[in-house]
Amino acid sequence: MSTLITILSWACLTVGSLFCLVGAAGLLRMPDFYTRMHAASLIETAGAGFIILGLLLQTGFTLIAAKLLMIGLLILFAGPTASHALARAALLQGLKPITVPGGDQPSKP
Amino acid sequence: MKSIPTASLLFILIAFWLLLSGMYTPFLVSAGVLSAVAIILLCRRMALVDDESHPVQMAWGAVFSYWPWLVKEIVKSAWDVAIRIISPGLPISPTLVEFAPTQKTATGLVTHANSITLTPGTISVEVESGRFLVHALTVEGAAGLANSEMDRRCTKLEGSKTC
Repeated sequence: MSTLITILSWACLTVGSLFCLVGAAGLLRMPDFYTRMHAASLIETAGAGFIILGLLLQTGFTLIAAKLLMIGLLILFAGPTASHALARAALLQGLKPITVPGGDQPSKP
Repeated sequence: MKSIPTASLLFILIAFWLLLSGMYTPFLVSAGVLSAVAIILLCRRMALVDDESHPVQMAWGAVFSYWPWLVKEIVKSAWDVAIRIISPGLPISPTLVEFAPTQKTATGLVTHANSITLTPGTISVEVESGRFLVHALTVEGAAGLANSEMDRRCTKLEGSKTC
């Protein structure tokens, strides 16, 4: 039973780390500010989420688990608010996003 | 007048103290209760305890069925965005899209806008009552925003009260 939980926990930690790596790669590959923010939100939700889930499985049913849950909730509530403020500030300052009207052509980085 | 939000905020603050401290000596517990009461008094003086900061009128059944659904959506779109990032051609088609959300309360609008931003691949840029401006990574992602299931679910969890 505890072996199963350890395996599950390490699987979650690995998946979370992979999402963080892919998000970092996306930050470098994306062409403009707004598309880079999409890559960053991958780290913030999937990356952080899976890592916290993995740590929750490690700690079991303790007070530390409650604190981890609070950290998770804080990320889920504060993260999008900050992203929204950042995107809105950029748009108000006149930073025009690259947009593809209608089509689905891959834009070069 | 605002006794229900105040009572539930007091309960949450005391629970928060107990969870963070982990030491249950009489002195520390009573210090926690006193801090919670002091915070309540300060918040009421600053007029921070209202429906918007502490939405007790929400339909909590709908809220608790919404969170697992949102987690599923986040994982689905995170996978989609991750695949797009690592595929060599970088198949993205960034779009700005405007649509009308159906929520009436500030809490419902914020929940919807935050859920859009939380889902990888879409960011809510401008949020007003009746108008969302969303930046999406792909045209397909932008097309799925208006009258979405997320929109319906957020309207449902607003509860009966409208303001």
